[in-house]
Amino acid sequence: MAYELNGETIECDEEGYLSNINEWTKELAVLLAKDEKIELTPEHWEVIDFLREYYEEYQIAPAIRVLVKAMKKKYGKEKGSNKYLYELFPYGPAKQACKVGGLPKPTGCI
Amino acid sequence: MSEAKKFMFLNRKAPYGSVYALESLEVVLISAAFEQDVSLAFVDDGIYQLVDNQKTDDIGMKNFSGAYKALGDFEITKLYVEKESLEERGLTIDSLMPLVYEDEDDDWEEKPSIKIVSREELAGIMEEQNIVLSF
Amino acid sequence: MAILHIVNKSPFERNSLESALAYAKKGSGILLIEDAVYAASGKTKFADAVKACVGDVKVYVLDPDYQARGLGEVAVVDGVEAVDYKGFVDLVAQFETTQSWL
Repeated sequence: MAYELNGETIECDEEGYLSNINEWTKELAVLLAKDEKIELTPEHWEVIDFLREYYEEYQIAPAIRVLVKAMKKKYGKEKGSNKYLYELFPYGPAKQACKVGGLPKPTGCI
Repeated sequence: MSEAKKFMFLNRKAPYGSVYALESLEVVLISAAFEQDVSLAFVDDGIYQLVDNQKTDDIGMKNFSGAYKALGDFEITKLYVEKESLEERGLTIDSLMPLVYEDEDDDWEEKPSIKIVSREELAGIMEEQNIVLSF
Repeated sequence: MAILHIVNKSPFERNSLESALAYAKKGSGILLIEDAVYAASGKTKFADAVKACVGDVKVYVLDPDYQARGLGEVAVVDGVEAVDYKGFVDLVAQFETTQSWL
């Protein structure tokens, strides 16, 4: 499977996660989000940026429980909740946000 | 829910030379989702997994040592390192990554996750487990 | 016939380092790669055995593997020479044969 952007082919796995995370761009994120039926807002970007920073540091994507806890610590109680994150990414915040952010499927995601 | 079981992951292999260390780490991270009482033991060459300053750029393999620093976020906070194995390898706790977790019940205070224990102490801890998984 | 003995297993896990050290005759070489690079660290209990062999035998360690395992700041056993992948190839070409202690 693959995505097409500006005439370029970007490979992904059968679930839509990028094969090479280095091929990710913000422009591609908009396309990936569209596939998930999500219109990206600054709030979405906050989560995506957070996940990418987390991945950069730890080389893994956090499980949802870890994401909620880390968001709570960084942005406060309101944004650090399952409800808030599920409103942004209805089909699973960790899964969807990782996909849009060009990261692999989160470890411990079952 | 039934009472949490005590799981110990026993790590005895060096990273990169074989796949055991990475496989163990993956299972550990998945196990965190089940909210069991998880601890990790590092024995023999397993302690090499925790050595600081791993740089894998030139061997074309993913440096997964950073993921150990995330264990605290996954509420895995008990990492036992066997003293005798460290000594045989001329290492001290300062050779290892400074791993910490934030204690939610104590105003997010950072506390060390690594505990150096003697072989005898670790044998005792192992006996308290319900399940020991060996990697 | 000068042999390059290649060892790739941790000395703590297998006895392939010991065997290579015992079989390496004067003028031959020992190259430590993968998990065997731990034996090049000046700090382990194998340091003396490696050191005793240096001189009659040239001992090399593959630096990318040494760096990967977080040993970059740890001095190697006196006399052990670090090589990169190109150096690895040069060694294989330079010795008459190679022997891998799997």
